[in-house]
Amino acid sequence: MAQAQASKFKNPLVNWIDSRLPIFTMLDHEYNHYPMPRNVNYLWAFGAIAGIMLVVMIATGLFLAMQYSSHTSLAFDSVERIMRDVNYGWLLRYVHANGASMFFIAVYIHMFRGLYYGSYKAPREILWILGVIIFLVMMGTAFMGYVLPWGQMSFWGATVITNLFSAFPIVGDPIVTLLWGGFSVDNPTLNRFFALHFLLPFVLLGLVILHTAALHVCGSNNPLGIEPKGPQDTVPFNPYVTLKDGFAVVVFFIVFAAFVFFMPNYMGHPDNYIPANPLVTPAHIVPEWYFLPFYAILRAIPDKLGGVIAMFGSIALLLVLPWLDTSKVRSCKFRPIYRQFFWILAIDGLVLGYAGAMPAEGSWLLIARIGTFYYFFHFLVLLPVLGKLERPLPLPNSISEAVLKGGAHAKPMEKA
Amino acid sequence: MRALKTAILSAALALGLAGAAQASEAVHLDKQNWPHSGVFGTIDKAAAQRGFQVYKEVCSACHSMRLVPIRTLAGIGFKDDELKALAAGYEVQAGPNDAGEMFMRPGLPADRFPSPFPNDNAARAANNGALPPDLSLIAKARVGGEDYIYSFLTGFEDPAPAGVNLMPGMNYNKVFPGHQVGMPNILQPDGVTYADGTKATVEQEAKDVSTFLTFVAEPHLDERKQMGVKVILFLLVLAGLMYASKRKLWSTLH
Ligand code: HEC
Ligand code: HEM
Repeated sequence: MAQAQASKFKNPLVNWIDSRLPIFTMLDHEYNHYPMPRNVNYLWAFGAIAGIMLVVMIATGLFLAMQYSSHTSLAFDSVERIMRDVNYGWLLRYVHANGASMFFIAVYIHMFRGLYYGSYKAPREILWILGVIIFLVMMGTAFMGYVLPWGQMSFWGATVITNLFSAFPIVGDPIVTLLWGGFSVDNPTLNRFFALHFLLPFVLLGLVILHTAALHVCGSNNPLGIEPKGPQDTVPFNPYVTLKDGFAVVVFFIVFAAFVFFMPNYMGHPDNYIPANPLVTPAHIVPEWYFLPFYAILRAIPDKLGGVIAMFGSIALLLVLPWLDTSKVRSCKFRPIYRQFFWILAIDGLVLGYAGAMPAEGSWLLIARIGTFYYFFHFLVLLPVLGKLERPLPLPNSISEAVLKGGAHAKPMEKA
Repeated sequence: MRALKTAILSAALALGLAGAAQASEAVHLDKQNWPHSGVFGTIDKAAAQRGFQVYKEVCSACHSMRLVPIRTLAGIGFKDDELKALAAGYEVQAGPNDAGEMFMRPGLPADRFPSPFPNDNAARAANNGALPPDLSLIAKARVGGEDYIYSFLTGFEDPAPAGVNLMPGMNYNKVFPGHQVGMPNILQPDGVTYADGTKATVEQEAKDVSTFLTFVAEPHLDERKQMGVKVILFLLVLAGLMYASKRKLWSTLH
């Protein structure tokens, strides 16, 4: 059919394009009319916030890259030149460095939201799995970004983390050599990390587009965890959710700005203002705060290979989460027992994070071990078993009913 | 709004972790009231100028400040001609000239502060094997920042407390990790004569040079905070407007 499609837009140029490439129809459909459950709360804004943070990171990163030199003899000084001499270079760098932390805060809240309201359950498994992959790629990106200023923590963090791979039998050492581009962390390592750090955010962008595509197939979950039954249960995305998310974004940016302008180095480590020195090991090598729970798991296991497997396993586990949770009820609102364990898991994460920042010895090591055990126990034992034993509370008939009448009317629910 | 509160609370908790990362390394520091701390705090320029005098007359014999261009001092009130005169007092290497030779010329404000030693080995050789670190970023490179520097400079004890066995050439310091430091107790009462008549006690000198080192580590500190106040005020107003319009819009739903 060599005939352009008919489109409905007033602007003739938009119409002309749209009848040949229907991106405007697509956007209109996905972001104007897209039906959102009317009862979503502010926790649903963190996906949008994470998306905006990704854009902020790409934009600031691009301009930093224009001034940065990825040679070991220049990297540290080039970052200082950005801080001192480039117009608003200090602003770019502090936004980028604190932005990474804020990005992780947004994504951690986003993930725990999913855990609490059961957003990973059918039919949203692929959406969730894409999320976990995004999380993994984000961690890789952030790790390599932290190496670029070539300070003491950059160098020693890179040394410790890349060395982990050597724990794997046979393939371990070749992998490490490949990561290093030689036989120690050195100039080739820095160069390839820079190249990858530039590339991965665009991979993330692609993954986020897939993530949103999957989301728009089944629609957003909501605090009640039941599907909308019709238009009375939803609102059009625009303007209702755009305004609501917009407000949340601004509040998030206030916190972000407080860090950038008033305590820009709070989340960093002072040692990274000392140029990298392969001959001097810092007293404590600690990763960035957002890796601390995983670092605690790594060090909790007395065996190196075991520690590496536990660390990667703790994230890989999330990939099969939709099948570990045997309960049909999504939202914690209706799972009185699981709800308690959800909060214990959240506290466990914080405890692990704290233990990860402490030297791995004495009582902190013991705490890290208990925390690690509990983490796996939660996902591998509690979740599958609870789904079978727990008696959920009665679910409301529909979202609008629950919203308008306070959720009092509900039909009794059989043991799920 | 409850969800928003939960979110903010969890963010605050997560950030506590960042603090925890540093808590493990705490030493007891002699904390000072810095005019540049807090949201509206700015660098005390007079103090920073005195601090520069201390750096120039005392510390620069051993410590470099290689990342800092001389013109940076405009930020603490040096005028153009003062900067030119100051820079001209330094000799910097330039070249090669037409004959292919390197030569020395008087410094310019765009030059960085010249280093006292040609390389690290020379610096060590002159200091009993200890390397005096570059001071450009020292205020950001130590846990405790300017409070650490102040406590370090005022924390020497001579003779060392009973029972401490100092290694040859080492000095006792209360806050330095391990307490044995290769730097001598360098600040003396009236070790410098301040042009503005301020009495040069050891505490005064330490405080001034710590202020100066904070400034060189973060030359845009004042500009950053001033911009921050404006940005946050703007965002607060915007948040208010967004919230009001969101409320108005959602109230039409039944
Ligand atoms: C005689 C040479 C000399 C002079 C003068 C000198 N220092 Fe030092 N400084 C050193 C040496 C050597 C070290 C390294 C000590 C070590 O690592 O054991 C050092 C270390 C330091 C440190 C780092 C301590 C740490 O935590 O690692 C600071 C800060 C410092 N000096 C500040 C100053 C200031 C400020 C002045 C001027 C008031 C000054 N120094 C004058 C030789 C000197
Ligand atoms: C770059 C990082 C990410 C971006 C930009 C992003 C973006 C989004 C957006 C815009 C939404 C819709 C709004 C919302 O419901 O919050 C969403 C939904 C969702 N995301 Fe993400 N996401 C990211 C990472 C993750 C991660 C790491 C996970 C989990 C491992 C995840 C799991 C989910 C799930 C399950 C939903 C559907 C939630 C629901 O409808 O209840 N996302 N994401």
